Amino acid sequence: MSEVHDYQSRLSDPASRKFETFSYLPAMEQAQIRKQVEYIVSKGWNPAVEHTEPENAFDHYWYMWKLPMFGETDVDHILAEAAACHKANPGHHVRLVGYDNFKQSQGAAMVIFRGSVKA
Amino acid sequence: MAAKSYSAGVKEYRETYWMPDYTPLDTDILACFKITAQPGVPREEAAAAVAAESSTGTWTTVWTDLLTDLDYYKGRAYRIEDVPGDDESYYAFVAYPIDLFEEGSVVNVFTSLVGNVFGFKALRHLRLEDVRFPIAYVKTCGGPPHGIQVERDILNKYGRPLLGCTIKPKLGLSAKNYGRAVYECLRGGLDLTKDDENVNSQPFMRWRQRFDFVMNAIHRAEAETGERKGHYLNVTAPTPEEMYKRAEHAKELGAPIIMHDFITGGFCANTGLANWCRDNGILLHIHRAMHAVLDRHPKHGIHFRVLAKILRLSGGDHLHSGTVVGKLEGDREATLGWIDIMRDSFVKEDRSRGIFFDQDWGSMPGVFPVASGGIHVWHMPALVNIFGDDACLQFGGGTLGHPWGNAAGAAANRVALEACVEARNQGRELEKEGKDILTAAAKSSPELKAAMETWKEIKFEFDTVDKLDVAHK
Repeated sequence: MSEVHDYQSRLSDPASRKFETFSYLPAMEQAQIRKQVEYIVSKGWNPAVEHTEPENAFDHYWYMWKLPMFGETDVDHILAEAAACHKANPGHHVRLVGYDNFKQSQGAAMVIFRGSVKA
Repeated sequence: MAAKSYSAGVKEYRETYWMPDYTPLDTDILACFKITAQPGVPREEAAAAVAAESSTGTWTTVWTDLLTDLDYYKGRAYRIEDVPGDDESYYAFVAYPIDLFEEGSVVNVFTSLVGNVFGFKALRHLRLEDVRFPIAYVKTCGGPPHGIQVERDILNKYGRPLLGCTIKPKLGLSAKNYGRAVYECLRGGLDLTKDDENVNSQPFMRWRQRFDFVMNAIHRAEAETGERKGHYLNVTAPTPEEMYKRAEHAKELGAPIIMHDFITGGFCANTGLANWCRDNGILLHIHRAMHAVLDRHPKHGIHFRVLAKILRLSGGDHLHSGTVVGKLEGDREATLGWIDIMRDSFVKEDRSRGIFFDQDWGSMPGVFPVASGGIHVWHMPALVNIFGDDACLQFGGGTLGHPWGNAAGAAANRVALEACVEARNQGRELEKEGKDILTAAAKSSPELKAAMETWKEIKFEFDTVDKLDVAHK
C-alpha cells in the first residue's frame, strides 16, 4: 500500500460523471434495488421514476415516467414501472425517487439503471 | 428557611420576584438556570435575585419604579428543583413576559438573560441550561436563510447526509495552493469543503484571491463529476461593512454558500448576514468558535443547547454540533438533544437528553447539524446511525490525510457513506455490522481499503467533562 495511486477521473471522460446518491458504489443488482424500494415503501414515501440522457444528468429536472405512484405499496408494481421506463429508454439513467410529502422533499433519490455513456 | 437572613449586599428579592404559584403564560420566555449560590443564601432568594437581575430589578428600590407597572414587566422565579447527583446546585425556572424583549433580537434576549446577572456577587456559579422561546417570539425572528429542505433542493442531495471537509493546514497556504486542495476534495466525491474558522483574510492569503481560486476549483469539479459542489467561503471580518463586501463578491462569483462565525463575529452581524443570505439566495454555514468558553463548564456559562437555539433564531443553514465519536467534547444523549433542537419543528421536554422545555419552532426551517473534528471512515457507521440523513459529516484529516491524497480520501469517505446508507436502508444495524459493511465496500474501492488501513487504530477515548446531570453517587 506504500505506492501512491493516481485518481482516475477526467473532464474528457464521460464515465467520470457521477449522479449523486449511490453513484460511488457498483451498480445495484435486482435484489439490492428491491431492498431500496422496500425502504421507500416502509417510510410511507410516494415512489416515482424519472429518467434522462446521461449527458443531461446535471439538470435539476429529468423526464418524469408517467406520474409519481401516490400511495403505491406494491414493491413488484414499483419495480415493474422502473423496468418499463428502462425498457422504453434503454440508454437513459433511470432514477427512483421517494417523495416525502410531509417534509416536502425527496426522502430518497437514486439511479437504479445506469445509462450508456457516449465516449 | 423563610425567616433566615443572608449576607450583606443582597437585596430581599424574594418578596417581589419569587412566585411559586405562578403559571407561566404561553407567550412567556422561560429560562432554566443552574444556580450555585454563595454559602448562606437561601434558594428562593437566589432564584428571585436571578429573575430580578435578568429583568426589571436593580439592587435598591428607585422612585421611578412607581411610574410603571412592574408587576407586568418583572421576571418571575416560579420553580426550584434539585440537580440530580449534586447537593450544592439547583435549577431555578424563571418566566419573562414577552414584552421585555425587542422582537426578532437574540441580541436583546441575551443582553437580559445572560447579562449582569452572571457577575452577581451572591452567586458562585450560574449556568443558563435551557430557554423556551414561545412561538409568538419565534415568529418575529428570521431564522435560517434557507433551511435543510431548500439546501437539499439547491444542491440536489437526497437520501443521505452531506459530505464535507475542512481544508488544512488551518493557516499558511497561498490562495492558489488552497484552491488546489479544494479541487482535489471535490473531484474525489465530497459535496462541500470549508474554510477553517481562523481563515479570514491574513497576509499569507487575502480573501479575494481565496474566493477567486476556490470558485475555479468548484466549477471544474462540477464539470468533472456532474454533481453540485460548494465551499464555505468564510466572510467573518473585522467589521460588518467588510463582511458584506466579501459576501457580495462571493455572490458575484456565483458561490452557493458562505460562512460566518456567529459568536466571535457577534449575534448582530450574524442576524444581518442571515437576512442578506436569504435576500440573495446564498446558503450560510455557521461555525461556533468560542462556544466551549461559554458552554463547557457544567456549573457556569451557557449550555450549548441554548446557543443552538439562539443561532436557529438568528439564522444559519448549518451549525457545528459535535460528533459524539470524534476528538471534541460531547455527551451522546445531550448531543442528540441539541441535534433535535436544530432540526425538528417541535421538540418535547426530555430530561434524559437535557431538554427542560417543550420548544415549538412552528414553520421555522431546520439547521443542518455539522459533525466535524477527528472523524474518519471507521466512524462512518456510527455517524450515519447517530445523525441520520439530515446532517453534514466533515472529515478534515480523515480526507486530507489519506496516503494517496485528497481525491482518494474524498472517494473513500463517499464510498463508506453510501455503503452505510444503503445498508441502513436494508435494515442492517450499522454500529454492530459496521466493519463488515465497510470491508465489503472496500472490495470495489481501493481508496476506501487504503483509508481503513491508515486509520484503524486512532480513537479518542476521554471521558466527557460536561455530562448530563444524573444521580451518579
